[in-house]
Amino acid sequence: MRFSIYRYNSETDREPRMQDYVLEEIEPGMMLLNALIKLKAEDETLTFRRSCQEGICGSDGMNINGRNGLACITPLKDLDEPVTLRPLPGLPVIRDLVVDLSQFYRQYRAVKPWLTVHDPEPEVEFLQSPAQRDRLDGLYECILCACCSTSCPSFWWNPDKFLGPAALLQSYRFLADSRDQATDERLADLEGPYKLFRCHTIMNCVQVCPKGLNPTQAIGRIKKLMVKRSV
Amino acid sequence: MEIVKTDIAIIGGGGAGLRAAIAIAETDPKLEIALISKVVPMRSHTVAAEGGSAGVITDKDSLELHFKDTVSGGDWLCDQDVVDYFVEHCTEEMTQLEHWGCPWSRQDDGHTNVRNFGGMSTARTWFAADKTGFHMLHTLFQTSIKYPSLKRFDEYFALELVVEEGRCQGVVAIEMATGDFYFIQAKAVILATGGAGRVYMQNTNAGIVTGDGMGMAYRHGVPLQDMEFVQYHPTALPGSGILITEGCRGEGGYLVNKDGYRYLQDYNLGPVVTEPTPKTMELGPRDRLSQAFWHEEQKGRTVETPLGHAVHLQLMHLGEKKLMERLPFISELAKTFLGVDVVREPIPVRPAVHYTMGGIQCDGTTATPLAGLYACGECSSVGIHGANRLGSNSLAELTVFGKLAGEHAAAFSKSNHNSDAGLLEKQAKDAMDRATALLNRENGKERVAVVRDEMATTMEEGTGIYRTGDGMQATCDKLDELRERYSSVQLQDRSRAFNTEWLTTIELGYMIDVSQAMAHSAINRKESRGAHQRLDEFGERDDKNFLKHSRAHYNADGPPRIDYGDVTITKLPPAERVYGGAAKKTAA
Ligand SMILES: Cc1cc2nc3c(=O)[nH]c(=O)nc-3n(C[C@H](O)[C@H](O)[C@H](O)COP(=O)(O)OP(=O)(O)OC[C@H]3O[C@@H](n4cnc5c(N)ncnc54)[C@H](O)[C@@H]3O)c2cc1C
Ligand code: SF4
Ligand code: SF4
Ligand code: FES
Repeated sequence: MRFSIYRYNSETDREPRMQDYVLEEIEPGMMLLNALIKLKAEDETLTFRRSCQEGICGSDGMNINGRNGLACITPLKDLDEPVTLRPLPGLPVIRDLVVDLSQFYRQYRAVKPWLTVHDPEPEVEFLQSPAQRDRLDGLYECILCACCSTSCPSFWWNPDKFLGPAALLQSYRFLADSRDQATDERLADLEGPYKLFRCHTIMNCVQVCPKGLNPTQAIGRIKKLMVKRSV
Repeated sequence: MEIVKTDIAIIGGGGAGLRAAIAIAETDPKLEIALISKVVPMRSHTVAAEGGSAGVITDKDSLELHFKDTVSGGDWLCDQDVVDYFVEHCTEEMTQLEHWGCPWSRQDDGHTNVRNFGGMSTARTWFAADKTGFHMLHTLFQTSIKYPSLKRFDEYFALELVVEEGRCQGVVAIEMATGDFYFIQAKAVILATGGAGRVYMQNTNAGIVTGDGMGMAYRHGVPLQDMEFVQYHPTALPGSGILITEGCRGEGGYLVNKDGYRYLQDYNLGPVVTEPTPKTMELGPRDRLSQAFWHEEQKGRTVETPLGHAVHLQLMHLGEKKLMERLPFISELAKTFLGVDVVREPIPVRPAVHYTMGGIQCDGTTATPLAGLYACGECSSVGIHGANRLGSNSLAELTVFGKLAGEHAAAFSKSNHNSDAGLLEKQAKDAMDRATALLNRENGKERVAVVRDEMATTMEEGTGIYRTGDGMQATCDKLDELRERYSSVQLQDRSRAFNTEWLTTIELGYMIDVSQAMAHSAINRKESRGAHQRLDEFGERDDKNFLKHSRAHYNADGPPRIDYGDVTITKLPPAERVYGGAAKKTAA
């Protein structure tokens, strides 16, 4: 199988280049990450992140044949050749497929992604009905892989002002939690033309999310809450 | 080399490290904390834990029962005073996580729910669907962001500990993005670096689980305890080793061989039951289930798959609704990796290495024999798992002992000062020079991937589910050879920016040390207990000679020295481990 992989070393290279690789032995059911690990055994300079190898840690987001995804759960058999791999778009590249995600993490932090309760803590757990818990479905599975935000045009253009789909999905995860008591503060924090309202519903984020989540819908729901709050 | 001064350095941003960090911040917000992790915390391996975390909560349950299950599950190699402390504190930690936002699965009345788990005599495993570790880790990470005294060093690789005047006083780390060296000087250090499952070929662990912290402590003379006890999880996917949680069996899944026969009834785990029944059939303990698979394979009763032998895990009878509610991630994994629809077809599974029961020796307060050094989580051996860990005890361990490590390290840091800075920096510089020498080495003959694969293969062959003296000796010999060859590993990648080959090679050094501790502890344990089962003349448990913790001591010039320490028995004297129908009889 043929691969064309983006190579760049911030220490030594002025320009990135694409390098061709060939992998002879492809086992049935092999994932793209396994192929990268095999290629790396031959060329140890090839650099990418990986950890869990099962789509739960969010380490190996990359641009695969033009579309963001996780290498570890992308089957090779579904990919056209040469398989073209690039780093997630729009972020500074540290090396090859490894990007600097500081901006992405800052945005995550900016939405205060922790449960906020003003009442005193009870001895036992807060009660939450199964139906209330279900409202977190589609929100609380986000693995912070950055596939969505780095495919979002609004994020590319206003990385320092627009929070991006991943952070906004997190924000809604707490707004939707029956135990959280900071709804008003959370919404107030999202006021203004950029943080939330730069989303133009282009839906790239929904198309690429490897966990099948729908940040656009979450953003839409936050917008509705904003409207309710302002009347 | 950059120098950072802090009160407490924590190495590891998994469940244990984050819990420790929060405990310190809550104990005293003035203490400065440096949290060092080679991956951003939520990429740590805790994220992959599926099934759940133990904590006594129902009316039918008691601390006594959790204690008994843990001690007998560990084949009596547990320190009972520490187990007592553990079971007493699990539930408050689970509740604490709930207050921090952990989305536990619920009962109809709004209270948190619990499920059955292997080796536990009643339902006491708290769960968040089948992504418990993911949710616990994200909750801890999110909570940790709130504390300004916590400074994170994400994607910094800890290289070596700095020890002066008999106290651990800091750690040398490499900033991965640049390859720059940092000396993080601290008054106390907590190791929370996770397990070492990657020393085996077939395993359920992430690529980062390489025993670094164990190796770091070991090289400074801290013994590694009970390292021969390596848990095989009975149900992982063939080939990839991806875990299929015990929660599947807790919810009522069946294991069948190629004839569709629930073979566990042949291994003292019967009677056959249709509903999930504590300690019976599929809910027997992991060591017994993995051993049963081995026998089935010997008898030619396993299923052949393109990726090796397997048995079938049937979930079809649970129905689509329950599968989607309770086991959504398993359904997704089976689909992605095997194209199997769990509603209609069984999942082929086989045992794979999963958990290191042993680890850095520490007492019940998480203090290691080296002053100022604490250990918690899977890298430690605090004494609760014995010869076989029960599923869902280790997530609970992360919180209970993570917190304790934070509190004790905080107290220690307040009453101790660092030694002369010049002396410490000199040591740090030596560590830097060693790592730089590896990077600049010329004319080495070995490749890191080759040595690593040979190590993982020999561990699998000699120190697997069943062991023999000859097999273990062959592995010990092979490891001697590999250690020799390791010193001539040649890097292809000479740059500093995110040099993963360099870091992998450093990890491999730790892995070989840890493998030696495992293999030598194993060959010296001339009995069979829990996860250490021998097929030679030492097939029985021998309490007279081996109701003892093994301790491996590092030796720079050869194999480790092994000696033994006492096991604390307080109230439950050693007895036979019984499961299935026999267990009910004994309990009655
Ligand atoms: C697939 C799977 C499922 C599991 N399911 C369950 C379950 O259902 N219930 C249960 O109780 N247990 C379960 N376990 C076991 C449990 O998840 C682990 O024992 C536990 O998560 C380990 O947590 P930890 O904090 O000790 O380490 P980890 O989460 O592994 O974290 C280790 C940390 O140390 C850091 N680190 C390591 N080396 C270095 C270094 N050199 N420099 C810097 N940082 C370093 C890493 O970056 C990471 O942050 C499961 C394990 C696996 C493999
Ligand atoms: S829908 Fe909004 S967040 Fe998603 S890609 Fe489009 S602009 Fe970005
Ligand atoms: S929403 Fe989806 S694509 Fe975006 S970070 Fe989360 S998991 Fe990744
Ligand atoms: S390696 Fe963890 S998501 Fe791919």
